[in-house]
Amino acid sequence: MTTDDKKHAGDSILEKPVSRRDLLRLAGVGGAGLLLGASGVGAIFGAKGSTALGAAKPSSEDQIDFYGKHQAGITTPPQDFLMFASFDLTTNSIDDVRKLFKSWTEASAAMAKGVMIGEVNDNPNLPPTDTGEAAGLNPSKTTITFGVGPSFFDARFGLASKRPAVLADLPAFGGDELREEWCGGDIGVQVSANDMQIAFHAIRNLARIARGKAVLRWTQEGFQRTGGADSAGATPRNLMGFKDGTGNPDTKDEAVMNEVVWAQSGDGTPWMAGGSYMIVRRIRIRVEVWDRSTLGDQEATFGRHRDSGAPIGSKKEFDPVDLSRKDGKGKPLIPVNSHVALARGNGSVKILRRSYSYSSGMDNRTGQFDAGLLFICYNRDTRKQFIPMQQKLGQMDALNEYIVHNGSAVFACFPGVREGGYIGDTLL
Amino acid sequence: MKTKLAAVMLASAVVFAGCGSNNNGADQAKEASTNTEQSASKVENWDEITGQYRDFALDQTDKLVAETDKFVQAVKSGDVETAKSLYAPTRMYYERIEPIAEALGDLDPNIDARENDVEEKDWRGFHRIEQSLWVNNTTAGAEDYASQLLDDTKTLRALIETVEVEPSLLVTGAVELLNEVSSSKVTGEEERYSHTDLYDFAANVEGARKIYELLKAELNKQDAELEGQIGTSFDNLEQALATYKSGDGYVSYTDLKEEDTKKLSQLLDALAEPLSQMGTILGA
Ligand code: HEM
Repeated sequence: MTTDDKKHAGDSILEKPVSRRDLLRLAGVGGAGLLLGASGVGAIFGAKGSTALGAAKPSSEDQIDFYGKHQAGITTPPQDFLMFASFDLTTNSIDDVRKLFKSWTEASAAMAKGVMIGEVNDNPNLPPTDTGEAAGLNPSKTTITFGVGPSFFDARFGLASKRPAVLADLPAFGGDELREEWCGGDIGVQVSANDMQIAFHAIRNLARIARGKAVLRWTQEGFQRTGGADSAGATPRNLMGFKDGTGNPDTKDEAVMNEVVWAQSGDGTPWMAGGSYMIVRRIRIRVEVWDRSTLGDQEATFGRHRDSGAPIGSKKEFDPVDLSRKDGKGKPLIPVNSHVALARGNGSVKILRRSYSYSSGMDNRTGQFDAGLLFICYNRDTRKQFIPMQQKLGQMDALNEYIVHNGSAVFACFPGVREGGYIGDTLL
Repeated sequence: MKTKLAAVMLASAVVFAGCGSNNNGADQAKEASTNTEQSASKVENWDEITGQYRDFALDQTDKLVAETDKFVQAVKSGDVETAKSLYAPTRMYYERIEPIAEALGDLDPNIDARENDVEEKDWRGFHRIEQSLWVNNTTAGAEDYASQLLDDTKTLRALIETVEVEPSLLVTGAVELLNEVSSSKVTGEEERYSHTDLYDFAANVEGARKIYELLKAELNKQDAELEGQIGTSFDNLEQALATYKSGDGYVSYTDLKEEDTKKLSQLLDALAEPLSQMGTILGA
């Protein structure tokens, strides 16, 4: 063991707060852990160091700061798993809401770091504050993103005058078959992480902290191919077998993000400056029907090739989409009613998509899969971006033959939280 | 015989959980007891509080025996209608103190097992008679179960006399009563033939409320906010439950819609979570 390692093993135990993995180490060596000294603890952990648990150091690249100018989980490259939860407030007191948001902030900051929530985790007379299933796991890039829905601004909390004009229930779109059980909510929480158990742990603990103040309204888990299955990090494929995300704006380009994603102080709702509007649509894919359509039809539906992800008629995924290109008979190469042609339009209106696939077992009425896309996107002004786009898609999209929108919700996601502040503090 | 109930209580959660088999309760009780011995440090008048709880439990079992006697008479005399009308109200005396009964050996399964909780040959008690009354609409064949039931409630009464109530019984027992509700009553699985689940629901909540009332003053001294939160949550749940009252009792479970049970269940969780923090008064 090198001096550096020793130093690290010693430090990590004294560090406050103790990380989940440190706790595991301490638990492993019992109460005598500290007496054994740095080398003893290090040695015990070292035996595991090269196994699935990964490096002994809680690596910072596995950790995404909860605090910051913007909330994490929006322009963050999508992690492997998602758990989305919509909550309804049961309290009518704005003080309770503040308390809840403060407790949620503390817990979320802890979970983003991969440390246990709360302080009472070892009193035999009390239920532990943290439910424990994430103990010993690294942070796995956990991000927890909070927003409030239009109903948050109804008469209950006296906030009606603060409702952003952008934040309103969506109009009905062509092809909607929305089901109450997957719609709406006072609060939306998007948890993304590279581990499903960690994502579930986050929602579970937030729901527990909320007891007496808010209840779950609906939840949906989501997945995509994991980083482990594709270490190159190519564009993931959705359940229709097509690369999904190619046409997204560049999240590293700050100017573009300010244009497309982040609400600006001059947009009419100062408390939202640096925040973003989230749209969630639970879209079922009729996989059985899709699977019996020909490759040609499938590609014409999207306007892209399945294998390469390239626009029809082009070779490479990121080749430019040119809707004016025609085939020998003068017909557009990319059909006008294809998903990409309609969603792209003249290219001036963009959104940032952050969707995940979902599978929720079987529809007992038909014996078919209840699987599809939990479509999530962020934009700066839903009225000018998502709504016109979906209006077009709902009416004309060739994809509609294979999909049905059955859940829907919109949320104003707060600007980022400064350390010491709490989610929503610019509003409350 | 003095039974250390606090210890047995903890074990009961594991051993009885919904299935009524209790063979290794004693071993688990031994282990559990080590966890609770350091309790009670923060409260001075524990003896008074636990004494009051003991009186409550005795009073409830006295009434249980008396009411069971009437119920059993109806069954034995073949009076199906009277037996049906006495069934649910009688059980409430049991449901209020269920965690204690559960800690006492075979008594809980003998009195309260549902079909398949125990082997067919061992199945007796309230629910066996419930099945006869509601499914077969007869008392025929239930007479022996009725006699046994009365004997079992008398044994329960005698055993409770010997019990020493420990502080941690109160703390965990209150939560356990609510867990009972959330695992079987709010889902309509407890009274699967008579659908009188809301009676049990109400009685479990009353039993938990009793414990809270006994600990309230102490809790208030140590954590007034928690005490207030529990009080409000009790009120919210009781108010919701009251809307399902019908005459002296409650509407049938089958009258509840999904949104009704969901609301009740959420209010229950909202109460049980802070209630589970009552252990703070035991110290660490
Ligand atoms: C189950 C539903 C959906 C599926 C399977 C799906 C799939 C795809 C695929 C495969 C692409 C091409 C690759 C890419 O650029 O990412 C794409 C592009 C796109 N989709 Fe969707 N999508 C769905 C719903 C939606 C909805 C509801 C919207 C918005 C209202 C939307 C907006 C877009 C946009 C803006 C593009 C990029 C167009 C471009 O500029 O090239 N999609 N989608």
